[in-house]
Amino acid sequence: MDPLILSRIQFALNVSFHYLFPPISIGLGLMLVIMEGLYLKTKSPKYKAMTQFWIKIFALVFAIGVATGIVQTFAFGTNWARYSKFVGDVFGSALAAEGIFAFFLESGFLGILLFGWDRIKPGIHYFATICVSLGAHFSAVWIVVANSWMQTPAGYKIEGTGDNAMAVISSFSEMVFNPSSMDRLLHVLIACWVTGAFFVISVSAYYIIKQKHLDIARSMMKIGLFVAMITLIMQLISGDSSARLVAKHQPAKLAAFEGTFETKPYSPISVIGWVDAKNQKVHSISIPGGLSFLTYRNLKTPVTGLDQFPKEDWPNVSVVFQTYHIMVLAWGAMFSLVLVGLILLKRKKLENAKWLLWPLVFSVVIPHIAQQAGWFSAEMGRQPWIVYNILKTSQGVSLNISTSQVVGSLVMFTFIYTLLFCLFIFLLDRKIKHGPTEYEKEPDTAEVYTNPYEEETTGA
Amino acid sequence: MDNVTLWQLLWFMVLGVSLIMYTVLDGFDLGVGILHLLGKTDNDRRVFLNAIGPVWDGNEVWLVVVMGGLFAGFPAAYASLFSSFYNLFMIFIAVIIFRAVAIEFRSKKPSKLWRSTWDCAFSFASIIFAFTIGLTFGNVIQGVPIDESFMYSASFLELLNPYSLLVGFTAIALLAMHGTIFLFMKTEGDLHNRLRKWVDLSIVIFVVLYILLTITTVRHLPFMVAPMLKYPILFIFPAIALLAIIVIPILVKKERDGLAFIFSCLAIAFLLMTAFWGVYPNIIRSSIDPINYSITIANSSSTDFTLKVLLTIAAIGVPLVLAYVAWAYHIFRGKVKITDTSY
Repeated sequence: MDPLILSRIQFALNVSFHYLFPPISIGLGLMLVIMEGLYLKTKSPKYKAMTQFWIKIFALVFAIGVATGIVQTFAFGTNWARYSKFVGDVFGSALAAEGIFAFFLESGFLGILLFGWDRIKPGIHYFATICVSLGAHFSAVWIVVANSWMQTPAGYKIEGTGDNAMAVISSFSEMVFNPSSMDRLLHVLIACWVTGAFFVISVSAYYIIKQKHLDIARSMMKIGLFVAMITLIMQLISGDSSARLVAKHQPAKLAAFEGTFETKPYSPISVIGWVDAKNQKVHSISIPGGLSFLTYRNLKTPVTGLDQFPKEDWPNVSVVFQTYHIMVLAWGAMFSLVLVGLILLKRKKLENAKWLLWPLVFSVVIPHIAQQAGWFSAEMGRQPWIVYNILKTSQGVSLNISTSQVVGSLVMFTFIYTLLFCLFIFLLDRKIKHGPTEYEKEPDTAEVYTNPYEEETTGA
Repeated sequence: MDNVTLWQLLWFMVLGVSLIMYTVLDGFDLGVGILHLLGKTDNDRRVFLNAIGPVWDGNEVWLVVVMGGLFAGFPAAYASLFSSFYNLFMIFIAVIIFRAVAIEFRSKKPSKLWRSTWDCAFSFASIIFAFTIGLTFGNVIQGVPIDESFMYSASFLELLNPYSLLVGFTAIALLAMHGTIFLFMKTEGDLHNRLRKWVDLSIVIFVVLYILLTITTVRHLPFMVAPMLKYPILFIFPAIALLAIIVIPILVKKERDGLAFIFSCLAIAFLLMTAFWGVYPNIIRSSIDPINYSITIANSSSTDFTLKVLLTIAAIGVPLVLAYVAWAYHIFRGKVKITDTSY
């Protein structure tokens, strides 16, 4: 194993682990705005307790999100020095904007969200909540813009040659509004909203099964199901639009999504299957002409296949095919669950339908599966390019790092992330089991921290 | 030496200001972390954590700004620094994560073992954090063997050279002093009185190390003081820094604790500015050939166009950032009280 493949594994590990958290922050950001808005409108303490509960979860997720996010700002320079040097002029400005506009908004106001309840008026607290939510959304804006530029570069020119070549901005607006950035941004944000909604649904379902905090849980379930339904429909439209964009700008990637080796009319779309990469065949349950229709709105139009590209420029078709289809199937699973949930809710049968409530509890992982799979297909579909059609991934890796260095750091990250993940689940579980502070009762002592030293001396 | 354009100079100054903001702000919460284990009771330690609780996250974002700003404005320097110091930065990443986690998790369970484990993690992570920043500074100032490719692979032991170690220890002492003064400002009663003694001690330790560092720098790195000998007016920077530090014990005695903290901030700002004058226009000095191989703000920068975009972003963003940072600090002014929303 050379530093290149190890660095790719390490980057994938860092970014996949990090990406467990921002979607929850962004999604819960939206949910908090809705919940606290309902509190301000109705003045019902139910919504206040609900908001406070989710702010605590948000803070936990955000803290881990920031800690793992800082890693990314190192990761470009440490393992991808030549890439950083090449794209710094273009990529760096988006990253700097992110630091200045997004992170500060989020972290600056989060303290107020958490600790400011008694110190400021409700209206101002709501303003802080909106700022935190906006900050979370902004952080997605810039990084997705930067990533989209790597997929569909625009507004740049190349200066210098060989090792000194670098991409420099020729038009800032063309760079920011490159062909794929707005579509992909929307796709990413909607996925985050779905994540937030499913988190809320999952916790509500758990409370309903356990017959705890019922009043709050019922309201949360309603909010969650509605937001999930709306955002899932939005995602269907956005997904279609994103796929057509890939067809236009990254045909090799689209071909890998569906395993289209041959350019021919009536190109089929697979529902489920596998790729026989050696014989360049796909074995699947498929709809003939589906891909042609979805891409060009015409069953006959041929879709560009991988045969139009030299073999060294092919992505790993099997992996891209599978991850792409996992993403699509995950959408189907979520949509079915929410649809059934809403029907039962309307018929007032949801609370007794344990056969659905339990799957809803565990459904919290489905948006994550969809997002991880989606990003893997997007990023591996771009290979072998790190910046599409301009810079190969192998030309981006640092030359002054050794295999043993990267093995060492990879081991370190694996260890840290395992620990972090266990702690996260442990604390999340505790917070959820403790639940929202019962608004009709005194605060639960479990969350009011006790002093272990005092306990010892009084023998309590 | 290549010609430095106005935009390169301005962005270098933006980075300098960000670095000062970072050191002043995250500096005090790192300092609190360095001192954390000296807090005797659980209550002491919770006061420490809650003094920094609502702000430390925001403070750390300045580090992202510094690194993002370096990446955007001086990509070649960013690429070289981060890949050359690979091992050091991996340790840095580990302590950043551990520290954040420790703050967040420490008070979540009443168990004594749980809390003291996280207390140790928090404190050691803060100490190593400060030390690593110092080591990086020391090496960058002193110079590393980068050649014409701008790259170099540092073994960990090479980075632990005497000068950089000294800078590392001085960084710990400086931030510990800053943290003590911050805590002194945020506390009351018995703890406040105990902290008064710590302030004096921490100042003495820092000043001793600082004098040692200055002598070493003047003797071994004459290029750091060359600009001052050329323009003696620059002596005003270290002079103000020293003056500010000397005034602090007097202010502490008079219970002007808010002012004492401001003077501590000033001291850090002027110490860093003194260092910037010595380093300029290099970002990373080459010890092989300082004239031709050093990474400077001229030969590592983005295009003037990008720098102008960056400066525009900063011109809009930074005043906004400063306004709401000030607001957040305003809301959490005053002495720390432990309540049920506390850490």
